[in-house]
Amino acid sequence: MVENRPWLTAMTHACLILGVIVLAFPIYVTFVASTHSLETITSYFPLLPGDQLIENYTRALTVGSRDVGATVGAMMFNSFIMAIGITCGKIAISLLAAYAIVYFRFRFRMFFFWTIFITLMLPVEVRILPTYKVVADLHMLNSYSGLIFPLIASATATFLFRQFFMTVPDELCEAARIDGAGPLRFFFDILLPMSRTSIAALFVILFIYGWNQYLWPLLITTDESHYTLLIGIKRMLDVGEGQAEWQIIMASTMLAMIPPVLVVVFMQKQFVRGMTETEK
Amino acid sequence: MEKRVVFGHKILPYLLVTPQIVITLVFFIWPASQAIYQSVLQEDAFGLSREFVGLENFIYIFTDSVYLHSVSVTAIFSLSVAAIAMSTALFLATLADRVIKNATVYKTLIIWPYAVAPAVAGVLWFFLFNPTVGLMAYYLKLFGVHWNHALNGGQALILVIIAAAWRQISYNFLFFLAGLQAIPKSLIEAAAIDGARPVKRFWTIVFPLLSPTTFFLIVVNIVYAFFDTFGVIHTITSGGPNYATDIMVYKVYHDGFLSLDLGSSAAQSVVLMTIVIVLTVIQFRYIERKVNY
Repeated sequence: MVENRPWLTAMTHACLILGVIVLAFPIYVTFVASTHSLETITSYFPLLPGDQLIENYTRALTVGSRDVGATVGAMMFNSFIMAIGITCGKIAISLLAAYAIVYFRFRFRMFFFWTIFITLMLPVEVRILPTYKVVADLHMLNSYSGLIFPLIASATATFLFRQFFMTVPDELCEAARIDGAGPLRFFFDILLPMSRTSIAALFVILFIYGWNQYLWPLLITTDESHYTLLIGIKRMLDVGEGQAEWQIIMASTMLAMIPPVLVVVFMQKQFVRGMTETEK
Repeated sequence: MEKRVVFGHKILPYLLVTPQIVITLVFFIWPASQAIYQSVLQEDAFGLSREFVGLENFIYIFTDSVYLHSVSVTAIFSLSVAAIAMSTALFLATLADRVIKNATVYKTLIIWPYAVAPAVAGVLWFFLFNPTVGLMAYYLKLFGVHWNHALNGGQALILVIIAAAWRQISYNFLFFLAGLQAIPKSLIEAAAIDGARPVKRFWTIVFPLLSPTTFFLIVVNIVYAFFDTFGVIHTITSGGPNYATDIMVYKVYHDGFLSLDLGSSAAQSVVLMTIVIVLTVIQFRYIERKVNY
């Protein structure tokens, strides 16, 4: 702090605390709603948590909403498989591609590089129907592979690893070659362990990205057994003229937020690193 | 920049790039080329007949008042989201930068909404402003405002803007805080010694020095508002009421997937693709280069 202005400092703290409260307010209301019975929520809205917490969450996890034929537990499992599949898939194929592009000279190297680059410009939102058709033709609708594979090409991850590999000293590679290590051995024994921090940073970012996917699962899952949690929540809301089961919806919404928020809070260092390095 | 030491191997590099390239070709390049191909065709909904119509689909969408309306809604939506999310984040980041000692505590408390999915953000705000059970709708009624975003287009647009911006504040905060902490303290101190008060220092020194971060965030926020807010729109309004929140990405989904108007949807996809390409080029060409090619 440049100068001592006690009033300004007090105001600063007050504004920051107010900001934090406003940001957290929607989540607090959601939490409160998830701890009351439906009658309480619809008659007057309470401002303090109620006593239905365990009942609501247990019912959501093991029985589910009456409007969707899958339990929240099962849908969380689907979301988890999709998130982990996308994360690991992206990291694995990007590591391999970046390794090839940095450590080998081969025909079409730059062509491959630009092909990967183009994926940056083709988010799923701009090619919804044709991608759906490809996945349908491959018989991957309503399957985990259909949820995962179309989303695992990654230009950002490839570039990140490429950047990192460029900073690895050439002497390491030379030394490994003199000691008789082949390209695969060098990759697994030297390069991969050195990439740990980059992988951890990407893992956090990509897990959140994968867990939060919405449009793609919405298109390709029509069977309740493959619904991800976010799709399930949307279906619970779509009750038309009927009364939505708000207490279950709000409990499910809390459950949908917990995994990514925990990842951000407990792996904050990797998260910030991942955000600033991938820039997206 | 090239590596001096490389491995010589004939087949291995191709095997290594194969997974990435196959996924890219099958799920990215091929569908995108199909979208371009379909945008010049007229096809019935069952795929029984198709004919080449040139640019007719494009002429159709750009003379269609519903599409032009969607373009203007998208413009209002994305500019508002970017403006609200960035100004709030800059305000909070400036404050957090001042109380350096507790900055990390505030940082943790402010960045976590970023982990919340846009679709979940939609559900949160939808609930808060729900005309029958929502807390905010109830309070607004006490002040004489009848909130019903299912009927009132203006209110619906306001709600989706708030929900979309809410989540993006965290992202902007993180980058603004990093930008602020990179500004040398000696500059601020020199200005303070010359008698410049905090507000004056902010506008004459800090804000100009932050401009690279600001430009970068403008592009990122516009991209976010264009392409990542589908979940917000779909959960809160489904594009309604009466197209008031029908942003372009939602319209592509609606026309292609629900109305099965393939030619028009494909033409819209091509328009969106052009927008992404322009934004990506701006991002890489004019904004502080962090990736070397």
